[in-house]
This record gives sequence, C-alpha cells and structure tokens, in this order.
Amino acid sequence: MTELEAGRAETLAPVRSGAVLRRYRDVLIALIALAVLASLPLFTGSKALLDFVIRCSAYGLFATSLNLLVGYTGLTSFGHGMFFGLGAYSFGLIMQKLGVPIPVAFVATLAITAIVSAIIGAICVRLKEIYFAFVTLAFQMLIHSTILSWASFTGGDQGLRGGIPRPPFLGIDLANHVHLYVASCALLILGLLAMRQIAQSPFGYTLRMIRDNAARASFLGIDVWRAKLTVFVLAALFASMGGMVMALFVSGAYPEFAYWTISGEGIFINMLGGVSTFLGPMVGTVLLLLLNDTVTRFTEYHGIVLGVVILFFALGLRKGLLDFAAEWFAQRRDAGEGR
Amino acid sequence: MDLDALAGCLASSACLVTQTTSGLIIGMLLFLVAVGLTLIFGVLKVVNFSHGAFYMFGAYFAMTAYQLTGSFALAMLAGAAGTAILGLIFERVFMSRVYGADVLMQLLVCYAFVLIFDDVVRIIWGPEFKSMGMPSAFQVMPLFIAGGVVPPYYLLLIGVALLAAVVLGIGLSRSRIGKVIRAAAHNPGMVSALGINTGLIYGGVFALGGMLAGLAGALAAPVRSLTPGMGFSVLIESFIVTVIGGMGSILGALIGALLLGLIRSFGSLGFPLFTEGLMYLFMVIVLVSKPTGLFGREAA
Repeated sequence: MTELEAGRAETLAPVRSGAVLRRYRDVLIALIALAVLASLPLFTGSKALLDFVIRCSAYGLFATSLNLLVGYTGLTSFGHGMFFGLGAYSFGLIMQKLGVPIPVAFVATLAITAIVSAIIGAICVRLKEIYFAFVTLAFQMLIHSTILSWASFTGGDQGLRGGIPRPPFLGIDLANHVHLYVASCALLILGLLAMRQIAQSPFGYTLRMIRDNAARASFLGIDVWRAKLTVFVLAALFASMGGMVMALFVSGAYPEFAYWTISGEGIFINMLGGVSTFLGPMVGTVLLLLLNDTVTRFTEYHGIVLGVVILFFALGLRKGLLDFAAEWFAQRRDAGEGR
Repeated sequence: MDLDALAGCLASSACLVTQTTSGLIIGMLLFLVAVGLTLIFGVLKVVNFSHGAFYMFGAYFAMTAYQLTGSFALAMLAGAAGTAILGLIFERVFMSRVYGADVLMQLLVCYAFVLIFDDVVRIIWGPEFKSMGMPSAFQVMPLFIAGGVVPPYYLLLIGVALLAAVVLGIGLSRSRIGKVIRAAAHNPGMVSALGINTGLIYGGVFALGGMLAGLAGALAAPVRSLTPGMGFSVLIESFIVTVIGGMGSILGALIGALLLGLIRSFGSLGFPLFTEGLMYLFMVIVLVSKPTGLFGREAA
C-alpha cells in the first residue's frame, strides 16, 4: 500500500461509517413513520382520513419517483403518468383475467413495467430537455389512446369495471378497509425507503453529476445513457407501484390514470413541495390533495383558487414549500452562528 | 381498424376532396395556433402552455361581438384584437417575471392561468356548450368540386390562414420590425445595447402570438362548439405541430399543421378509434429520427 492509498483509506473510513449511520437513521425514521401511520386506525374510525392517506400513498409514490427523474437527474418527464396508468391497468387486468394471488400479480406488473419502460426509455433518454419532455408526453398519449381504442381488452373510456378481485393472502385481506390502509402505508414507506437508498447511493450521486454536467460525467467514464435509462426504469417501477395502490383503492382502473394530466399533477406536486429535498414531493402530495379536497367543497370554481395558489408559489416563493423552509432554516442557522 | 373505408375513400374523387378540405381546415386552424406558439418560443424561449386559452378567448370574444353587432367582420376583429390585448397584459404582468427562472416555473405560471382562464370563461359565459352559428353571408349553397362538397366558409378560412402565413413569413424576413424581432431572438442583450426596447419586442411578439390564436378561435367559432376548456385539445395538437415542424420555424409549423390535419381527417376513416394515437405515433417517429423536428435547426 503506497502512502497515497493509505491516506485515502483513512479519509474514506469516516465518510463510509457516516453513510451507514445515516442509513440506520433513515430506516429508523421509516419504522417510526410506519408505526404511527399503522396505528392511526386504533385512534380514529374516520374512513375519510384513512382514504386520504391511501390516496396520499398512491400519489406520493408516483410523485417521489418523478422527483428521481426531475430533481436528481434533471430529466423533465411530461409522461411519467403513463407508468402510473400502466401499473393500474396491468395489475387490474392480471387480477381480473388470470385470478392469481395478489403478490404474483404485483411482481408480474412490476416485470411488465420494467420491460415497457426499458423500451420507451431507450428511445427517450437519447433526447435532451424539452425534446425529452415532448417524446415522453407523446408516449403517454400513445398509451392513453391505446387504452381508449382497445376497448375489448381495457374497457375503453369506461375503464376497467366490475371491480378487481382481492383474494386474501398470508392472512392479509385487502378487501378489508383497514388491511388495505396498512398495506398501502407499508408500500409507501418501503417505496420511499428504497428510493431514499437509491438517491443516497453512489449511483444517486452519479445522477446528480449527470444533472449538473453530463459532459463531464461522460469524460469521467460514466455511461450517461445507461445511467439515465436505469433511473428511468427504476422511477417507472415506483410509479407503477403507486398505480397499483390506486387500482386497489378504487377497485378498478380508468383512462384518466394514463392521461397526461396525471403527469402534469406530478410535476405540479414536485414544484409545490420542492425538488431539492427528498421529502418535498411527499409534502407536495399532501398539500395538493388537501387543497383539492377543501377547495372543491367550498366552491365550484376551484380552478381559480388553485391557480392563484400556484401563482403564489411560482411568483411569490419561487420554489417549493419544503425547499423554502429548508433555506429559511439554513439562513437562520447561519445568522445564529455569525452572531 | 377500417382499412376498406380508407381505401374506398382514396379511390373516389368526391370523398378525396371532402376529406382533404376537412383536413386542410383542421390544419389551417392548427397552424394559426401553432405559429403563435412557435414564434413565442423562438423569440422569448418560453413554451406558452396557456396558448390554448387565447384560442378559447378568441372564439368567445367573436361570439359575443357577433351577437351584439351582427357583423362577421367585427366578430373576427374582436377575437383578434381582444386576445392581442390580453396577450400583452399577460406577458408584461406575469410572464416577464419568470424569464430567467426554471422552465418548470414558467410552465407552472402558465398552468395556473389555464385553470384560471377556464373558470373565468365559465363564470362569464357559463359552463354549457355554446354555438355562434354560421353568419348569414355564408349560408349559401356549398360548392361542388369534383363531386366533393366544399362549404364556402371553408375557403374563406383557408384563405385567411394562408394570408396570415404569407404576411408573417414576409414580414419577419423583409421588414425592419421583423429583422429586429429575429435579432432579439438571436441575441437580446446586443439588441438591447443598441437602444431597442426588448421588453416592448417581447410584449409585442406575445401579443402577436395571442392574436393569431385568437383569430384561429374566432374563425373556428362558426364551425365548432364553444366550451370552457376547448383550448386544451388544440393546445396539445399545436404542440405536436411545433415539435414535428421544429420549434421556432414558421414553415415547419405550416407543414406540420397540414400533415397533422390530413392525418386526422384520413385517419378518422381508416382508424376511427386510433386517430389520436396516429398523431402521437407520427410525432414519436419524427422525434426519434430527427429530434429537432422536420425544419428545426440544431440547438445552439
């Protein structure tokens, strides 16, 4: 071992143990969050609240996976919703037509999503910026049109009706509302934890480097195309998970799940919560769903209210809520240390 | 799929003429919207996501003016002028604040206005479908060309759109203002240093783009039904047009719009349920083979 290598080993060691510590901390936070969420039905019988959390799980998984592309890799996808729709439809169709146990359908749907997203991604990630956005949008609309026109298989504009069978497995009965609630929370927390691991891994830092300077990453010997494709497929898998939670919740799948507005909402959620923090999209999800629910209750013109709120974020804060809070705290801390 | 119907139509001149004219008017309306979009993108480097709202307002302004005055010419004027003013205000008050910002921020501001404008229309004109009705001057016998039926209004519509294309093309390449606009698109800092008010240019281009979309809406008002949110499908289609034709290219917008119009009108015969899918498929093929669009230049 040369002196140089010895020195490097010394500096690397504390960093690595720090990373391990941080991983334990993330797992701990996830376990606490899961425990809190899972014990919620013990304290409240409110079905509306549990429904709200289930919807948050579906959209949260979707929005956070979009942030892997938008925030971490700098790939602004306008068509990420296609995988949300694909997950919901594949899962629903497999359960309806094949009648396999739920975990089998779950894994099969992930496999289908991986194949489809690898094919679409291989075409899309060659393109840059606005062109990437438009091709993903085009693929989204292509899938949406296919769902609409292939009515004999997908139910066309009526959606997948007749309910998705939810046979019990391993003592879990997803037809039971509380079971479904706990399962959704578990999927959300597991998904978030997995995405956090991806974001904090060396691969996650490679993605950040690609976002900041793809040419330099390429000079350093990184296969940019492959890294982008990998994260595109990974993000698609989590979006598909979100779609499956949604399909289980509404016991069906509708063409709106694959419509471009889902992608638009995903982008909007990310901007609302903030893209530079991992939990920003989750905060955005809760904000948007709360906003949607309360505003629609008070006025039929919810577009105006929603629009004004968006303008406040875009022109007033100029960043997402969690980003804003994080910067505000950082400024306060700096000011405190300066004194 | 109904390929027999498509083949049958291609074999008969009457059907060919009818379908081609209907494709042309779809294409021409799309061109007017898309050329505004591409102009705004070319000069301001902003993707105006709220462009469909101008199309919608143009149609509603024209309908109201027509009901008040009974004059078709005034209705067209109201549609175009009203949206031009709206575009100028929108650009100066809101869009000019997010020029330096992230693309996502710009999209978000536009998205907010899509929501707001749709609700404003719902409040002023009501949520139900409206119809302006064909002006009496055009309620005459349709022309028969090679056995195909062509309403005279269609010819006016195609003529006006073609005129706009020619005026725009010549104006941008020959006139002084056109040269200034192209210079501002190329290097706004230098243009500003030469003593030209770039803010005014930006506002003017946005107003022009809004006006073209409003004109398209006004022209479409007699032949289509008016509803809040009518701008949206037009917006998505004109996006496809600009992407196929190449962002920032006027000729590209014209060719892309005509291609898309023809795909729509003939596709609805051969693939009645997959017409929309055909457009997206076409866009994917173009983008994959030539990412900058048919007439787009390589990004600098």
